[in-house]
Amino acid sequence: MELLRTERISKSYQGRQILRDISIHLEEGELVSLLGLSGSGKTTLLNIMSGLVMPDSGRVFLSGNDITGKPGQISYMLQKDLLLEHKRVIDNVALPLVIRGMKREEARAKADPYFRQFDLEGTQMLYPAQMSGGMRQRAALLRTYLGSNGVILLDEPFSALDMITRGQIHTWYMDIMQKIGFSTILITHDADEAILLSDRIYLLTGSPGEIHHELRIGTPRKDRRDFNLQPEFVRYKRQIRDALEQASG
Amino acid sequence: MKKRSANIRAKLLPVGAFCLILLIWWGLSASGMIPGYMLPSPADVVGAFIHDFPNLMHHAFVSVTEALLGLLIGMALAFGLACVMERFLTLEQAVMPLLVATQTIPTIAIAPLLVLWMGFGMEPKIMLVVITTFFPIAVGLLDGFKSADPDAVALLRSMNATRRQIFRHVKMPAALPYFFSGLRISASYAVVGAVISEWLGGFEGLGVYMTRVRKAYAFDKMFAVILLIVIVSLLLMKLVNVIRDLSMPWLRYRTEKTQQLLHE
Repeated sequence: MELLRTERISKSYQGRQILRDISIHLEEGELVSLLGLSGSGKTTLLNIMSGLVMPDSGRVFLSGNDITGKPGQISYMLQKDLLLEHKRVIDNVALPLVIRGMKREEARAKADPYFRQFDLEGTQMLYPAQMSGGMRQRAALLRTYLGSNGVILLDEPFSALDMITRGQIHTWYMDIMQKIGFSTILITHDADEAILLSDRIYLLTGSPGEIHHELRIGTPRKDRRDFNLQPEFVRYKRQIRDALEQASG
Repeated sequence: MKKRSANIRAKLLPVGAFCLILLIWWGLSASGMIPGYMLPSPADVVGAFIHDFPNLMHHAFVSVTEALLGLLIGMALAFGLACVMERFLTLEQAVMPLLVATQTIPTIAIAPLLVLWMGFGMEPKIMLVVITTFFPIAVGLLDGFKSADPDAVALLRSMNATRRQIFRHVKMPAALPYFFSGLRISASYAVVGAVISEWLGGFEGLGVYMTRVRKAYAFDKMFAVILLIVIVSLLLMKLVNVIRDLSMPWLRYRTEKTQQLLHE
């Protein structure tokens, strides 16, 4: 079932066109990556999908409802985890629920059971400064999940982590998606990460940014342990490189 | 271990410097290089402090009351104005230069005017403290509001947070460290402001006591009251630090982490 769809999104800033006719879709349970080079308008597209910015033309639909320019429908997470240092981890995680009008205690009670699933058990009453980078990312992901309507937008969320932690969090993320059952749009410039995690990859290239290519990763997610060491992985990577070279002329 | 010895060293250094100054002072007065009526010895000052202790405490109570009341009113006004200026940029652009201009007027020049307008009671003293303490807090708060992470504000906007919710969850906590920095400066100004305004008229307070002992050429008592003003100001600043640490418990962890990174 289709969850999220953008229809011919275009956007200009100060006379310069950033995005042209972006049409993508996301199915339930899918992880779709938007892979693009720097300056291809990835973050602008994220702001449009999350309702923070109105497109010049085009619409965004969530489960068939027009959510263009309506914040609070889809939650996103950036490279910076943006945990509020003055709040305990549980209050950070429950923040989207409090913003929606839930009482603090009620929001805490709703968030608490997820701590085990997100490997955060015991961190509820800590402050973010007491946690490691990987734990902070998981807490931010949990907050994003609790604020979502089943769709999460991730803007290069793991790029600040070291290689080992990133590898661990990739595996963990695929597991948690499966367990809890939500859908993700991942914005990244890292082809390896996109191939490793995605069901489909959109290549966003050029200036203004346009979707030049769509690639389906056929390998089931459960078979992707050490995927980046397989010949299949290299084949996908070559396809992406060829498509990017073709797009940049 | 290394960290502990660094902490001890940091605490001992100012104590050492203080003892050295005390020794030089004692040496100057004991050797007769500076006559005793101009610079009483540290022992004379301590003697005067102990001898006149009940009287000093009575006047200190008045000055501290004025300082605290002025500080509280100044804080409330600064908070209100900073919030309104944060909300309306035009107001900030209009009012800020005026506020800066008011800070160039010497306190000593306004004090007689306030006494003329408001009489010899507590009111002009409190008003002067309000005027001197208001500015650092207002500017601190305004800078603090502006220091809020724009990405965190955008994140809350993406959650469909109202302006008030963004203020409460992001801007106000971001402003707290700035607020306390301003409050610490203001706390040190508060006692001095109260004392200066008491010089120009009144019946009680450390400023009034100071004027009396100066006229009597009781320099040991003069130094004793200066010592008391320093102690009261330091205690007030310490109180601000304690309140800051209690209201921002998360800072302890951030500071520990920063120190760890610095020592790695």
